[in-house]
Amino acid sequence: MPTIDVKELSLTFTTRDGPVHALSNINLSVQAGDFVSLIGPSGCGKTTLLRAIADLEQATSGSLLVNGVSPEEARLQRAYGYVFQAASLYPWRTIAKNIALPLEIMGIGRAEQQKRIKENLALVDLADFGKKYPWQLSGGMQQRASIARALAVEPNLLLMDEPFGALDEIVRDHLNEQLLSLWAKTNKTVVFVTHSIPEAVYLSTHIVVMSPRPGRIHEIITSDLPKDRPLNIRETPEFLALANRVREGLRAGHSEDVPV
Amino acid sequence: MTGWREGKIFPILLVLATITVFWYVMAVVMNTPWQKDVYERAGTTDVSQTQFIKDTWSQERPVLPSPHQVAQEVWATTVEKKITSKRSLIYHAKITLSSSMLGFAMGTVLGILLAIAIVYNQALNKSLMPWIIASQTIPVLAIAPMIIVVLNAIGVQGLLPKAFISMYLSFFPIAVGMVKGLNSPETHHLDLMYTYSASASQSFWKLRLPSSLPYLFTSMKIAVAISLVGAIVAELPAGAVAGLGARLLAGSYYGQTIQIWSALVVASILAALLVTLIDLLGRFVNHRMGLSHG
Repeated sequence: MPTIDVKELSLTFTTRDGPVHALSNINLSVQAGDFVSLIGPSGCGKTTLLRAIADLEQATSGSLLVNGVSPEEARLQRAYGYVFQAASLYPWRTIAKNIALPLEIMGIGRAEQQKRIKENLALVDLADFGKKYPWQLSGGMQQRASIARALAVEPNLLLMDEPFGALDEIVRDHLNEQLLSLWAKTNKTVVFVTHSIPEAVYLSTHIVVMSPRPGRIHEIITSDLPKDRPLNIRETPEFLALANRVREGLRAGHSEDVPV
Repeated sequence: MTGWREGKIFPILLVLATITVFWYVMAVVMNTPWQKDVYERAGTTDVSQTQFIKDTWSQERPVLPSPHQVAQEVWATTVEKKITSKRSLIYHAKITLSSSMLGFAMGTVLGILLAIAIVYNQALNKSLMPWIIASQTIPVLAIAPMIIVVLNAIGVQGLLPKAFISMYLSFFPIAVGMVKGLNSPETHHLDLMYTYSASASQSFWKLRLPSSLPYLFTSMKIAVAISLVGAIVAELPAGAVAGLGARLLAGSYYGQTIQIWSALVVASILAALLVTLIDLLGRFVNHRMGLSHG
């Protein structure tokens, strides 16, 4: 059973200016343990697709199954962890208390909460920062804390919406590396929205190239890079060739754009 | 060296000095007719300019008492009188303060409850808000006697009727501020709660209420000042014998302008202290919650 199974999914927003076809005829299957990136220009519906998987948006037609059940059921089972572009930490809670938030909501006991806070802070290299408040941390550290919070729920699926989009390139490289090792350690399924080609190629097992108006999948590229990827793999010919394919896919997707 | 002009103290003192000078000038202007009358009756003719000004500043029942007359009266009726004395302004201030604090507390609770009802119920949002706004368009001077008479008829007397008028005024800024505050969480913070499948009460206690606290304290600063006004106004039609409002009323019956002004000064000092207190409390809470760091 695929972790995510999307069949002929369409999603239309009704706005004052008429309907907007955010997603049109999407077919996508994500297997357990995959790292799938959704890449495309603004307005291609990559975030909308991620939000539909998370039950934050409702599909207009077609079918969408997460862990074999509807997105709503998956959400109620807390089957996924969602990481937003902003770290979305609550400023009045310490980092540890922020990670405890979903656990409190789930009604998990104190001892178990403490255990998971400790484990997940260590996992994102923030072991000594549990007692700090979000404003005392850098942007990169805040985003790591928000990843720890998503992992604390112990979901098998991680949905990430441009989590490193607002960070500078050096921090971003570092976090990409950490995310890969995290993924290798935890064996989670990841769906990752980005508009950076190197990021998508570096992280993913599958790259979904999307194009706008209406939002649709242009091409799904399967990466042949090894699972173990040091940062300097980005200078290898294999990596560059893959990045080129993605770039061409994006360009081709754009040229299909019919001027209105 | 940082200039003393850049501090907060200098502008405040400058404004205070300007007001004081203006006040003294106006005291001369407004008390002149009466002073001329006095001289005429006494047959005094050769009054020097300095003596004339001095006399306008030291009348027994001036149209506008001079600042030092008011200051002397405030000093005499606060520091030099026992607080149990009926002539002590501290005694009267305590009476007004107790009813306004009770009303402020009730108004805060009522305002918060109304805001919760409005935020969580679409129908109430549409139906309740116009009534809340309409309630504030009625002059409190018009409604205060009616509240006191109606409550008196059903046997409610003493502190409570006055507190009700304070509540009537103070619930409004609290309700409006809290509606804004409870709706203040950002979309991604609310989305986060949704992805956790949090219940409505979990979202309220863990997100909406903490987010609303800065708004609550801002509203409370306004509410505490007007609840004091409410308590003073409530003392006027009730023919109260004690309280700052009663002092104002008695002063106006007997033409004791100095007494009126000193009651006003004490009332405004009291209001300033209360607002400062809430401000400090708000700063402390916001700081503790990490909200002052944006």
